[in-house]
Amino acid sequence: MSVRIWDGPSATLDDPQPPRMTRRSFLRGTTAAAGGLAALVAALNPLREFTQQDEFTLDQFLQKHYKEMTPEDMEKALARIRAEVEKRYGVRPHLRDVKPRAGVEFVYALNLSRCIGCRKCVYACVAENNQSRSPQIQYIRVIEMPRGTLDTEKGNHHYTHPKVPDINHFYMPVQCHQCANPPCVKVCPVEATWQEPDGITVIDYDWCIGCRYCEAACPYWARRFNFAQPDLAGDAINPDMSYLSNRPRPKGVMEKCHFCLHRTREGRLPACLEACPTGARKFGNVLDPNSEVAQILKTKRVFVLKEEVGTLPRFFYYFDERYPNSLDPEAVKIGQAIGCFPGSPAPEALA
Amino acid sequence: MIQYLTFLTRCFRLSFVGDWRYYLWMLFLSIVALLGLNAYCKQFVHGLATTGMTDQVSWGLYIANFTYLVGMAAAAVMLVIPVYIYRNRDLHNLVIFGELFAVAAIIMALLFVTVDLGRPERFHHLMLRFNFPISMLTWDVIVLNGYLLLNLHICGYLIYCAYCRRKPGKFFYYPFVFIAIAWAISIHTVTAFLYSGLGGRPFWNSAVIAPRFLASAFAAGPAFLILTLQVIRSTTDYTISDRALLTLRNIVTIAMTINMFLLGCEVFTEFYTDSAHVASAKYLFTGLGPHRGLVPWIWTAIGLNTVALLLLYLPVSRGLQFLNFACVMLIIGVWIEKGMGLIVPAFIPTPLGEIVEYIPTLNESLVSLGIWAFGLLVYTILVRVTVPVLFGRLSFDREYDPNALPEPLPH
Repeated sequence: MSVRIWDGPSATLDDPQPPRMTRRSFLRGTTAAAGGLAALVAALNPLREFTQQDEFTLDQFLQKHYKEMTPEDMEKALARIRAEVEKRYGVRPHLRDVKPRAGVEFVYALNLSRCIGCRKCVYACVAENNQSRSPQIQYIRVIEMPRGTLDTEKGNHHYTHPKVPDINHFYMPVQCHQCANPPCVKVCPVEATWQEPDGITVIDYDWCIGCRYCEAACPYWARRFNFAQPDLAGDAINPDMSYLSNRPRPKGVMEKCHFCLHRTREGRLPACLEACPTGARKFGNVLDPNSEVAQILKTKRVFVLKEEVGTLPRFFYYFDERYPNSLDPEAVKIGQAIGCFPGSPAPEALA
Repeated sequence: MIQYLTFLTRCFRLSFVGDWRYYLWMLFLSIVALLGLNAYCKQFVHGLATTGMTDQVSWGLYIANFTYLVGMAAAAVMLVIPVYIYRNRDLHNLVIFGELFAVAAIIMALLFVTVDLGRPERFHHLMLRFNFPISMLTWDVIVLNGYLLLNLHICGYLIYCAYCRRKPGKFFYYPFVFIAIAWAISIHTVTAFLYSGLGGRPFWNSAVIAPRFLASAFAAGPAFLILTLQVIRSTTDYTISDRALLTLRNIVTIAMTINMFLLGCEVFTEFYTDSAHVASAKYLFTGLGPHRGLVPWIWTAIGLNTVALLLLYLPVSRGLQFLNFACVMLIIGVWIEKGMGLIVPAFIPTPLGEIVEYIPTLNESLVSLGIWAFGLLVYTILVRVTVPVLFGRLSFDREYDPNALPEPLPH
């Protein structure tokens, strides 16, 4: 015979009366409620560790989307961020909102015959863009590639040589390709990331909800997520910052390469380019026919990574036709002189 | 209005009434749910670094469970279609349990997406800048919440009518039932499109993902209901015939056959083509060099699913013991195959070819268990309240009376 738990006669044979509030049942109910409440409070206990109040200010909560902000709104937001940076890092930042310039479309070109894989660009980028040092976030990944392939699955991300380059390989730095048809922008549910008129795809760090759909969508593995509160010492801060680029990010949001827009929109070059010891990196306005990148696109046999995914990157690679079978000997010589920077820490170390 | 509030209050009070087994079950679920809440609070304070996810494998256990539960929710339709379209009598009075489970499953699915967010407190940004119709995630927000509302309405309306002892007006729920049928298929299709629309992830970039999702959901969902209905049968005097369970068995068998067929299609295409696309599938089924994290899992899943399917084909599974055994295997098998087996390998190797494996942390597992416990808690309460109302033991004119004889509902 099956026993009825919730209903039916057998559960209540001893107690033919309908349930009635007695002193005993009242006490029992109160004890249970108090116990439940205590357990709930205990479960919520970790929230008491929440001490960084500046992360959740009402001003930030009510802040509008970048595209909806009036100039006054922007001034208010900038003032708030300046105060927060100063409070947390003890540095007064030169923070502004740098707008794109008309008639400009930025393009990157990278000479694979000259890249020696020293990773200087990686660390120049980290320093310029106030990336978290622990866990370390890097926008540029340099892949050591065997000759005869462009399939990055055959490459080595974690090469460690005291001296670079290894002459049997070539080196392929990958960062955000600032695609003209960006899948990351398409998938974002809250329009926290978009393409600017000068071709740079940016992120509003105060709008991103941290769903990481863009990270799944990117074919170039160019996006990074702040899994923890970024750790950044005050003396490591680069005070030259803008709203859409290198201002310090909070935890739980996406970030990525933005072609150093706080520099490039004001006429300077990206930090990775300036750091490159061999001149492998070229950057400029492709709409200006006299620019170096426009010349390169016209005269060199450039290609883009994963053309088949249809993203139309603004990041072009090319090999120097003067050296069809090797790296540029001049660049090799430079590499022998400077040595190699370490790769990114193993992901296990992040947690 | 007052009557409706009284109804809610009475249901709330009724959810605290039961014998020791009910209390033990609810206590167990509450403890696990609170452990999960505790783990989530830790994650909220310290960030998603408390999970095993990395920039390389940026979705994990949470999204895997989310995907699985969307399927479970859609599976209610496998009861609705036979009843409302084919006029199946055996399943007629069981549909409500499928719909109630859809409510619980959607709540769990939504919770799993929420805990996956880096900034859940910015949820309102969805209301302010909604990237519709471009982002598939916005579609998912609409279809999931819509499906939750549809089922809440259908169940709530029918149960409230039973409470008032009046005949439900067909106009008030029939249209919604038919909308819900199409909607149930849409929630799973949209969730599949979430993945299959990404050109940068060849493992997902396949048209068979959506049909595979539907097939596995229509197998695992009714399998879960077969088990649940037996629990309801043994703990209440609600009539659930063996014939009804066997109808569900047929549904599970057909859906699972299609699921295995589609899996085979996928495996053939990947491995016979043997293009660069195959790397993720290789990682899943054979491992890439020393990286073999998912291999034991997927073969366990395939083993469980195959044995379950064979059992379902054999007449022995007309007996409930074998049927239950097959259902348990199938629920676990599909969970592995569609959760971990579908989400994680797409990230391994990364689009740049780096291989980083993913192992969920204890904290993230506790959060996941907590959500499951909470969902089952919700489902238990819903069923616990529904059965006496349908029996007329709790109605507008009387407080809960466990001894009252079941009264038929007005038709």
